[in-house]
Amino acid sequence: MLENIFNNFADIMFFAFSAFLLIGALGVIMSKNPAYSILCMILSFFNASGLFILMGAEFLGLLLVMVYVGAIAVMFLFVLMTIDIDFAELKTGFAKYAPFGLFVGAVLAFEIIFAIQGGLFSGLNSLQETAALSGAEKSNIEQIGAVMFTQYVLPFLAVSIVLLIAMVGAICLTHRKRTDVKRQDINKQLSRTREQAVELKTVKPGEGI
Amino acid sequence: MTLTVGLEHYLSLSAILFCLGMVGIFINRKNVILILMCLELMLLAVNINFVAFSSFMQNIQGQIFSFFILTVAAAEIAIGLAILTLFYRNRGSIEVDQSTMMKG
Repeated sequence: MLENIFNNFADIMFFAFSAFLLIGALGVIMSKNPAYSILCMILSFFNASGLFILMGAEFLGLLLVMVYVGAIAVMFLFVLMTIDIDFAELKTGFAKYAPFGLFVGAVLAFEIIFAIQGGLFSGLNSLQETAALSGAEKSNIEQIGAVMFTQYVLPFLAVSIVLLIAMVGAICLTHRKRTDVKRQDINKQLSRTREQAVELKTVKPGEGI
Repeated sequence: MTLTVGLEHYLSLSAILFCLGMVGIFINRKNVILILMCLELMLLAVNINFVAFSSFMQNIQGQIFSFFILTVAAAEIAIGLAILTLFYRNRGSIEVDQSTMMKG
């Protein structure tokens, strides 16, 4: 009885999370103001993290909130605030591309869902039930750590290099020397001599220079 | 109430999300920021697929791969937004249609 209620609760949560996830995604692509798009994207990511936790991937769910909401969405907002664009003008081609885009998207979604519901992966559900019965498992983060730092240690290090290159690349791309701003040049200051800076003149009284 | 959410539900959800991202790229063709955001949505759909398979097959490697996708997505967005800032600084707009400088 209790298990039944819990199962139903998980189902309800799945549909709630996925409904809000899709509403957020719709908001991202439909809203007029890109700031609202970013906020809708945050809604999507929170609900996706809920789905991940529902599936038992707690670590990835929390990582999604940290990386996507904490870093990527804030970065989007930051860039959006720094550029000064009339976004309404960018929306002008909307009606022109909408029918074609909707057609392609609907066809693709229909095909994929048709393939999935056709029982392409139906063998996996029974597999899960038998595995869940075995019980006595390690927690999600323990499992991830046990695999990531042994079997996947080289990809892990490679990914750190990818992040480093991304950081260096972003700084290299956007850094610039501005000529209209006065900056302190330590070399120039230190290489100044007395002869360059001070000039002594003998001024006769009553005449000036 | 015998309905239990299975793998098919998660896969269907991620298919819909992926197609929404793709439609978003089609209909927001001019705005680079929105294109990048739709790319994020598509990557999220892929991640949901990976985690769903990992969870339902009781195999942790899908989650490891999803972790790597997350990292690469973060790096990609950092570079993409840097290029976007540079583009805006040089051209004064972020319209993709106008980026025809290399055209012969």
